[in-house]
Amino acid sequence: MSATHDATHDEAPIAARVRHVEALLEQRGWLAPGEVDERIDALAAGGSPANGAAIVARAWVDPGFRARLLADANTAIGELGLSMAGGLQEQQLIVVANGPDEHHVVVCTLCSCYPIALLGPSPGWYKSEAYRSRVVREPRAVLREFGLELPASTRITVWDASAESRYMVLPRRPAGTDDLDEGRLAALVTRKGLIGTAAV
Amino acid sequence: MPDRFAAGDRVRTGTVDPPHHTRLPRYARGVCGEVVATAGHHPLADERARGLPSTPRAVYCVRFAAHDLFGEGDHAVVVELFEDYLEPAEREVRR
Repeated sequence: MSATHDATHDEAPIAARVRHVEALLEQRGWLAPGEVDERIDALAAGGSPANGAAIVARAWVDPGFRARLLADANTAIGELGLSMAGGLQEQQLIVVANGPDEHHVVVCTLCSCYPIALLGPSPGWYKSEAYRSRVVREPRAVLREFGLELPASTRITVWDASAESRYMVLPRRPAGTDDLDEGRLAALVTRKGLIGTAAV
Repeated sequence: MPDRFAAGDRVRTGTVDPPHHTRLPRYARGVCGEVVATAGHHPLADERARGLPSTPRAVYCVRFAAHDLFGEGDHAVVVELFEDYLEPAEREVRR
């Protein structure tokens, strides 16, 4: 797997099955036509990696916010007008902070759980079987394929979003950015950095 | 019902391969790990997926050593697991 190569999916049989189930539900009046798309649009509305980047930049410039974010992310992101309550119910957000000797990376091995509100729609590789099965077993090799070479002394923790919470990585602030304001710091943060497959 | 576990507790995951939906990944079955945090309380996914009534119970972040999961590796994997999947483990068992 490479960082730029989206996994190919053999999704056609599942897509056909989903359409069939949707049609049956509509026939029985349990689902309004277009309701699934509306729900997905509502869930994704406003979802963008810019939200995650804004959280990271605030945490870099404000140690108090950083501490609140790591202790209770759902409450802390409210300070930026952000929320994890866009779906049917509020999802718990857990933010894990990279350190000088520690790197975190997020996966959902069972499906593709992901904080859409803060990162936007997930990239294709995040949902690929290759990423999901390999990153828990050999994260150092997978990260190397993403172009992230970590020192052998760096401890790696993989977070499997296997149940109810959603996870986001707080990358380390790059060196030489002391002069940048919050907005320019946010512009440095990438979606891969928020998942943990890039340094920032 | 009070939570059965707290941060710092050693736990062992179940080995059962159920004939229905579950959120206990296969790679994390029958392994000892350490609870690092409680991640809220939720109805059991296994029951919800089958349309069964289910009361909220604790969900935990459980840290495993890669060596214990896969027999190799120097990293850690934190898996989020429902209380039902866990039993107390007195001490670490290396395979």
